[in-house]
Amino acid sequence: MNKKHSALKISLIAVVFGLLLGFLVVLITGRSPMDMLYAFIRSLTGYNLAKPDKPINLMYVFNWLLEAMPIILTGLSVGFAYRTGLFNIGGEGQFMVGSTAASFVALTINMPLVPHIILCLVVGMLAGALWGFIPGFLKAYHNINEVVVCIMLNYIGLFFSNYLVRTFLEIDPNTNARTVAFPITAVLPKVTDMTASQFNYGFVLVVLCLVMYWFILEKTTFGYSLRATGFNSEAARFAGMKVKRNTVYSMMIAGALSGAAGAIVVLGVFKYGRIFTLFDNYGFDGISVALVGAANAVGIALSGLLFALLKSGGNNLQLFNIPKEISQLIQAAIIFFVAIQYGVILMLNKFDGFKLKLKGGKKA
Amino acid sequence: MKKLLVLLLTSVLALSLVACSNKKTTTEDTTANTEGQTPAEEIKIGFVTDIGGIDDKSFNQTSYEGIKKAADELENVTYAYLQSSQAADYTPNLNSYAEEEVDLLVAAGFLFSDAVSEVVKSYPEQKVLIIDVNWLEGENLQQAVFAEHEGSFLVGVAAGLTAKNAGKTAVGFVIGQESVTMEKFWAGYQQGVWAVYPECEIFYDNADDFGSPEKGKTLAAKQYNAGAYIVYHAAGGTGNGVIAEAAERRQAGEDVWVIGVDTDQYEYGKYGNEGKSAVLTSMLKRVDTASYNAVKAIADGTFKGGVVTYALKDGGVGIPKENPNLAPEVVAEVDAWTQKIVNGEVTVNETAVKDDSRIK
Repeated sequence: MNKKHSALKISLIAVVFGLLLGFLVVLITGRSPMDMLYAFIRSLTGYNLAKPDKPINLMYVFNWLLEAMPIILTGLSVGFAYRTGLFNIGGEGQFMVGSTAASFVALTINMPLVPHIILCLVVGMLAGALWGFIPGFLKAYHNINEVVVCIMLNYIGLFFSNYLVRTFLEIDPNTNARTVAFPITAVLPKVTDMTASQFNYGFVLVVLCLVMYWFILEKTTFGYSLRATGFNSEAARFAGMKVKRNTVYSMMIAGALSGAAGAIVVLGVFKYGRIFTLFDNYGFDGISVALVGAANAVGIALSGLLFALLKSGGNNLQLFNIPKEISQLIQAAIIFFVAIQYGVILMLNKFDGFKLKLKGGKKA
Repeated sequence: MKKLLVLLLTSVLALSLVACSNKKTTTEDTTANTEGQTPAEEIKIGFVTDIGGIDDKSFNQTSYEGIKKAADELENVTYAYLQSSQAADYTPNLNSYAEEEVDLLVAAGFLFSDAVSEVVKSYPEQKVLIIDVNWLEGENLQQAVFAEHEGSFLVGVAAGLTAKNAGKTAVGFVIGQESVTMEKFWAGYQQGVWAVYPECEIFYDNADDFGSPEKGKTLAAKQYNAGAYIVYHAAGGTGNGVIAEAAERRQAGEDVWVIGVDTDQYEYGKYGNEGKSAVLTSMLKRVDTASYNAVKAIADGTFKGGVVTYALKDGGVGIPKENPNLAPEVVAEVDAWTQKIVNGEVTVNETAVKDDSRIK
């Protein structure tokens, strides 16, 4: 395979194609693609081009960043497992147990602000790690497909969380559908009171996780052996690496990252323990983010921001009378174009051949 | 090669930009025209839905219909909605409308209670209507609740009388979840049944789930097998299973009935080819009345914060106008009880009797 066309290039092409397709559909359905552009630009900059007289409104920018936080984390989660040759489709379950564990610490332990928050986050990550440990362990020592176990654990995570919350936590009597509010010591504080957005200090954890992700995978022996396992587990085993142990650790780290996403959402956005009715799809969004981000730290950060822009911009689209499904369509198209990357590479190679011919022609 | 690709993409992009910028100017022209024709100040209504959207056959849809109806009657009202993709979107979406300075922000259902309380804190001036919530605070926040016990009383009367006339000894009730609001359904129903048929037994089952038709079906089967003639459900999606069980039994020739909730559920209970329905009647909760009234109040400047209760006398609850399965004398009796409640002759309790030998 020609290495010249990097993953980054393919992702960029996919994004451009996806956006173009979105433009086209908006155009065909008789709406204004300019409005679509305005909606995304407003999320990106806070500036509303449709009403240029209004000042910049940073709320939309903060909402975009807020949306990006959990999906970057679940993206890292999927990416980390992927680099070790595993497919972590259990982000959803890890997200929910992380969220529930954080709620338990928030509601049952009395502590001052900063340590309380940190403990909530740590316990949320540990719970996620436990949820990642199960498929990792079963894969490593019993050769049970992690995909199947992960999918089942998503549902177990959902119902088990709900059972624990309903049984052991104090339920809000008004709604009977959530716990009472967290004490102020367990709420991730807003970064700024300038806008009504709930953008909070959870972003610090996201940045930390991004740096750690890069550092572990690229700069440590452990990361090297993980990647070697991902490339060829038989060869890695032959080279004396602990493939089984790596599999378990990798899934645990992946689980912890999704658990962290669950914790920051529940502590920063909801501020009460949730009883889940459905999946929130953060874990599944993580798959797209990791795929488009080519499972490396910078790529995941960028693609997380992109998907968050499409999501929060998607909500904004409706303010411009464009259905939010358009943004889902763009997301789907981007994933589609990344998924057919070999086709894209083939096309690029053809182009290269074409160019070479042109050059050759000139020389002659 | 790179340059070629870039050139290609930019040209496509530029083309589409040109195409749409033309379009944009035309739409702007038309809006400018209409603005010129109607000097009345435009009133903007923003409605935020949960993930169900405005066609959920339930709360969102009914609330939206109320807004639409008011907007059709009033010329200067425009409305739009934001559908949320996930629970975390509620607050950002409400905030977006607040930033757009809509004249009224509408959210339907207790799912929005936390998001609305945040929005009310961030934008104290914003006028907001929330439906089915009465525990929040906010000067410009109107909280609409319904006298479900009064409506349930009426369907209780209908159930009791129908069972008595058929010589049956028991009716049933399936609840979606036990809470203060849900108890009002149960309280009204038992009072209604016993008001006209004091010896009647009532089966009571809690599905503890609003979204599980299978559970509803199982519980309904249990109650029908135990001899319930009519089952009233206050269980949302779970209730669809109750209705399905009744329809199947009627299809098989059994004589049983079901009572719907929130909207006229007659259509959902249809079975066979003759268009017959297993739904005896439904307890209507006129969510649309709440949103309709709020929009009207915004238009004539009378909108007020606080809790607004839509009782039987306000048309907030009741039974449908058409009840093809209800005997005329039963309808007459229900109407008579309606009058008594409206006059204040009869007061319906909001709390249910729990330990009574007639409850099974």
